[in-house]
Amino acid sequence: MTTSVLDPQAVNGDERVRRQADVVAALSALLPPHALLWRREDTVPYECDGLTAYRQQPLVVALPETEAQVAALLKACHALQVPVVARGAGTGLSGGALPHALGVTLSLAKFNRIVRIDPQARTALVQCGVRNAAISEAAAAHGLYYAPDPSSQIACTIGGNVAENSGGVHCLKYGLTLHNVLKVRGYTVEGEAVEFGADALDAPGLDLLALVVGSEGMLAVTLEVTVKLLPKPRVARCLMASFDDVAKAGDAVAAIIADGLIPAGLEMMDKPMTAAVEAFVHAGYDLDAMAILLCESDGTPEEVDEEIARMQAVLEHAGATHLEVSRDEAQRLKFWSGRKNAFPASGRISPDYMCMDSTIPRKRLAEMLRAITQMEGKHRLRCVNVFHAGDGNLHPLILFDANDADELHRAEAFGAEILELSVALGGTVTGEHGVGIEKLNSMCVQFSEAERERMLDVKAAFDPAGTLNPGKVIPTLHRCAEYGRMHVKKGLLPFPELERF
Amino acid sequence: MSDDPALRRLIDRVQSARATRTPLCLRGHGSKDFYGEALRGEPLDMTTLAGIAHYEPTELVITARAGTPLAELEAALAEHGQCLAFEPPRFGAGDSASSGAPRRGTVGGMVATGLAGPSRAAVGGVRDFVLGAALLDASGEVMRFGGEVMKNVAGYDIARVLAGSLGVLGPIVEVSLKVLPRPPARATLRFEWLQPRALQQLQQWAGQPLPLRASAWWNDMLVVQLAGAEAAVRAACASLGGERIDPATADAFWTQLRDQCDEFFVAADDAVRNGATLWRLSVAGTSPPLATEGEQLIEWHGAQRWIVNQADAATMRALAAQHGGHATEYRGAKRAGVFTPLAAPLARIHRELKARFDPEHLFNPGRLYPEL
Repeated sequence: MTTSVLDPQAVNGDERVRRQADVVAALSALLPPHALLWRREDTVPYECDGLTAYRQQPLVVALPETEAQVAALLKACHALQVPVVARGAGTGLSGGALPHALGVTLSLAKFNRIVRIDPQARTALVQCGVRNAAISEAAAAHGLYYAPDPSSQIACTIGGNVAENSGGVHCLKYGLTLHNVLKVRGYTVEGEAVEFGADALDAPGLDLLALVVGSEGMLAVTLEVTVKLLPKPRVARCLMASFDDVAKAGDAVAAIIADGLIPAGLEMMDKPMTAAVEAFVHAGYDLDAMAILLCESDGTPEEVDEEIARMQAVLEHAGATHLEVSRDEAQRLKFWSGRKNAFPASGRISPDYMCMDSTIPRKRLAEMLRAITQMEGKHRLRCVNVFHAGDGNLHPLILFDANDADELHRAEAFGAEILELSVALGGTVTGEHGVGIEKLNSMCVQFSEAERERMLDVKAAFDPAGTLNPGKVIPTLHRCAEYGRMHVKKGLLPFPELERF
Repeated sequence: MSDDPALRRLIDRVQSARATRTPLCLRGHGSKDFYGEALRGEPLDMTTLAGIAHYEPTELVITARAGTPLAELEAALAEHGQCLAFEPPRFGAGDSASSGAPRRGTVGGMVATGLAGPSRAAVGGVRDFVLGAALLDASGEVMRFGGEVMKNVAGYDIARVLAGSLGVLGPIVEVSLKVLPRPPARATLRFEWLQPRALQQLQQWAGQPLPLRASAWWNDMLVVQLAGAEAAVRAACASLGGERIDPATADAFWTQLRDQCDEFFVAADDAVRNGATLWRLSVAGTSPPLATEGEQLIEWHGAQRWIVNQADAATMRALAAQHGGHATEYRGAKRAGVFTPLAAPLARIHRELKARFDPEHLFNPGRLYPEL
């Protein structure tokens, strides 16, 4: 029975209508009429998240306004064995919030209240639908801020950040979402209240918070998050360095780390990316450079002066052809403007782009970029590159036109090849965007059958019936077997001689 | 790694233990045998699986096998001016802090116990630095989770859950850790303050961009460590005041505190031998002085409180809960369960995880909670 409920293919149109009526009837008793959408025209806005290539009409969209409604909805869905997909702002880039054809999309947009900022404890208690940037805005009055800053920070919600373990440009020094969250309060799939973590620095038993953060909404529904706030650095300054060779820029990154420096941000853009962003933001980037590094220091004025001097010395020694230190905050933001706008800038030079998100050991960067250049020829598509150099997280943007079926197909093959090379180089298929629906096949490449089984075991320990966001993150054995066959046939599987790690 | 003979032998041991349904007690140097519930099962010696597998100073990552001596790992890092920022304690092999035995411990034991030292509040705990791990299951399969890169969200973060798991999900055979450069400058300041003032001042400092790394209050004395860029430490020393402690004395103090063999812990050991309990209370850092009897050492800017007394577990657990935390019976007779019992849904998830990761209850049965 469970299989048929979770497998949309097994259900015909009439059956869908009948199920929809059942779910609407059950939820109507729990939610006010305006909090329940099921007519096609009303549910269209929910049919995808930030990964627009994948779309699915949900059976029902629910917009509860109180915790009691969420708990009741979960209990009802659990009793009916109906899938539930939680959704925040819908900015996710891997399809983690893609609706289930026979499921309820649980929009948590109305839980958007900052419950409490505690300047003494340096924590903020916020509802899941609070925007990432809104936390820092509210904390600013106390000289505090929330460190993780994904590019989508003006729109994405903290609940989504918890689901994805979101990063940003300051991860190397300040950590990911996991390192900045103390406690998550929410509900199990059965609708039972549950808390992970504590107001203290640790909690008894297994560290389940570490599992829930980054679980892409598959283990529990997050309603409230206690985040750590940090004292706002008194000053931040940014160094912009040009290099005439990508490999030299990669070596410069290693040299900075080897010198014992942990920059607040360390980002790289290649030449085509720089050209694209310069045309968009006019920040005065060096268009002749093969690679541009942005290297930031923050802290007290004395600390920053000391670090910037050391960074400058290392970058000069590493062969930077041009170096500039931001004079003031306006110039610092200008240096960053291009990097922060890399995605929209790519949108201007191509009808569509596919953003990859793998992480590799920093030292393999030049090798990876050379391989990407070769792949451009092979797949006859352009690719521009931005890179969280400090933590090895790459964002190659493959440019294509989705209206051309062959280009779309080539872009997908290009992307898969980048991910497989990342795994072969000792990296991972996703650094911060998540697996969602998009990278299910790549999970087959990165993990063995036993490893994936264990992940399915984690899922089952939290959600025995498998109705919370089903079909995401961990591919089934069957899917991986299919992928393996298809893959070998296309002859795409590179580096069979290399270990997966 | 699976063609490594030491690993092969370990897998054989596990498989034969499974065949005969013999529970195994995972053990490195045994320096943390005292921690957690009673040891059960035949010892499975993890020290045979030793050695640093990869160390890339410029990647800030070290990968080592479980049985690698912690001392060896830290020496390798020190050669490149790097360290384990969370300062895990190193214990003597004996059962008490004061045994004077050489400091020992393995990498696997460090991760499995998840204990962190004085810098915890400033830099994070063991799990924050785990990047990847290889785990062995009862069927003899080696599984790898996470990896050697800083950012990795592929699948559930099973590697980090192993930190503090006390081996109940299976033996860790290899682990990758994020390492950090040693701070270029350090300074230690001392203040003669009673507890309320010390706690209040710590909270105020922690809310400012100061290079505050560690703090310890005991016996009406607050000691703080500043660590970071030269200029930042110099400026902070000037603004904080207090008495500057000479570096040699300060280093000895922080090392002893980290390894839990300073005066407080030695006295605690004596008290434990006479029937008292050493409690570790992990509470919200802003908690006021706790209303309880006995000697107290406060670390982590107020978030970790070591208390020696004869109070019963229910009293101490209620006290910790009142301040947003939990109480662990760290050293003592351990009559009432070492760790704070879990809320119902969490207990259920724990049981389900154990049932799936270790269905035969082969690995460290009962070490974390009796039913696991």
